Amino acid sequence: MSLSPENARQAIPESDASESKDLPKVQIRGVNFFYGSHQVLRNVSMDVPALKVTALIGPSGCGKTTLLRCLNRMHDLYPGNRYEGSIQVQPDGTDILGSGVDPIQVRMRFGMVFQKPNPFPKSIYENVAYGLRLQGMNRRRELDERVEKALREAALWEEVKSRLHQMAHNLSGGQQQRLCIARAVATDPDVVLFDEPTSALDPIATSKIEELIVELKKRVTVMIVTHNLQQAGRISDMTAFMYLGELIEFGETNRMFTNPAKPQTEDYISGRFG
Amino acid sequence: MQPEPLRTLQEGRARRRRAIDSNFRRLGFFLTLSTLGILAILMLNLAMNGLARIDWQFMSSFPSRRAGEAGILSAWVGTLLLMLVTASAAIPFGVAAGIYLEEYAPKNRWTAFVEINIANLAGVPSILYGLMALGLFVYQFRFGQSLLSGGLALGCLVLPIVIVATRESLRTIPSGIREAAFALGATRWQAVWHHLLPYSTGGIATGVILAMSRAIGESAPLITIGALTFIAFLPPAPLISHAPFVSVDWLFSPFTALPIQMFNWVSRPGEEFQSNAAAAGLILMVITLSMNAAAILLRRRAQRNITW
Repeated sequence: MSLSPENARQAIPESDASESKDLPKVQIRGVNFFYGSHQVLRNVSMDVPALKVTALIGPSGCGKTTLLRCLNRMHDLYPGNRYEGSIQVQPDGTDILGSGVDPIQVRMRFGMVFQKPNPFPKSIYENVAYGLRLQGMNRRRELDERVEKALREAALWEEVKSRLHQMAHNLSGGQQQRLCIARAVATDPDVVLFDEPTSALDPIATSKIEELIVELKKRVTVMIVTHNLQQAGRISDMTAFMYLGELIEFGETNRMFTNPAKPQTEDYISGRFG
Repeated sequence: MQPEPLRTLQEGRARRRRAIDSNFRRLGFFLTLSTLGILAILMLNLAMNGLARIDWQFMSSFPSRRAGEAGILSAWVGTLLLMLVTASAAIPFGVAAGIYLEEYAPKNRWTAFVEINIANLAGVPSILYGLMALGLFVYQFRFGQSLLSGGLALGCLVLPIVIVATRESLRTIPSGIREAAFALGATRWQAVWHHLLPYSTGGIATGVILAMSRAIGESAPLITIGALTFIAFLPPAPLISHAPFVSVDWLFSPFTALPIQMFNWVSRPGEEFQSNAAAAGLILMVITLSMNAAAILLRRRAQRNITW
């Protein structure tokens, strides 16, 4: 295996080209997803560009969250779920739906932020450090550095630096969600998946999270499921519109919102259904 | 005949409905009070007959033919050691089974069958556990009529309580916490060990204490396996002066326990033995009530510390 040209390419030190904005970070090809005998995703294919924000929009039950949760293999936690197709992650080209792939390895490359802030009932510090600890980091100084870095990236450091060892539940809802973002980015994942991250937050907390997501894409590829079309318009570079388990249209956000190609997209964006 | 105006009709009906309502309030209050009254009378009765008998001599003496010299030393030591064995058996088995059923087991007909039978297990009469322990632990495993057999019998008896408490405690943890751990790359065991168990210790401990307070008053299974009613010695000490300094001989020692000592005294003639029984009963009662109080406190504290 180690002599195959593909692996040889990997051995070359990472160049700028490997993270080039033109190269897709995640290539989704012909993905079908079944919950028991019920098909939730139908032949979804799309290229998620690196270091951009890709929004998934569509009416409830269209499969956008299901697609997002395919990317970190969350569906494996529940019985009766089945995937078909492939999802390749660059630069190494691993098919994360492949049979030999350990879902735990996949989840370490894909961070996830959930709909409802879900910090552990532990200290702020331990929340952020948990992913690092899972990956075997246990030297205090190293952990301190990474925790601070992650909290800065989540724009939370200034607010919590004096009380890192207090319980995370004492934070406000918006702060808790930023803590969850810090927890997700602390391990330097390839992609961060956001599942309606602001639906439980007030407008001010929401705008902070939105600024944060735009800031994050400098370093990491972002995919976000949102019910809020304005939010998709404000923060995403690419938008995917899904309906009844199918990807109807996928393109640059500006173009999608001003000049959609498909009538369903136009109907949804103009508020005729949803 | 002129029909009665609707207003007066409703007025009359409302008065009757209010009367039924307040009648039930009075009845309910009275019935609630009388259940408490039964407990109060029981305590009072025990206290009047037994309180005067409780002193240092009573706690530190072995049973005796003369009621005035008799005490409960072997009984309370026996009860304490029994509880130690019971807890060491019931906690690991019960918590592990609870974790497995709640977090690992697939939800299918087989697990549904297991769940129903755990509920059934909780309803098995305690004397049957004694019968099982007699056959299995005393004769089959040759543990004898010992603390080990008795403790294991009580452990089996309270196992369902511990399993149910563990499961209920785990179930109160929102699924978002599990998903947060899994999304960071935790295995199921890491999610259990780092998160679910620590967040549910309060509830589990509460269940364990309630289980112990159930076990501490049991006499039927102990009598069935052959606990003695008259014991004038203590089991061998668990710590010894020579290597390896700990000894498990006490596990195989014959024993008695508080309810059995009490039963023995009740069945004797003579006023004085009756007050010995009342005194032992009072002590048992106080232990049980304080264990339940501790369980309630613990549950309150656990609820206050972790809010979802």
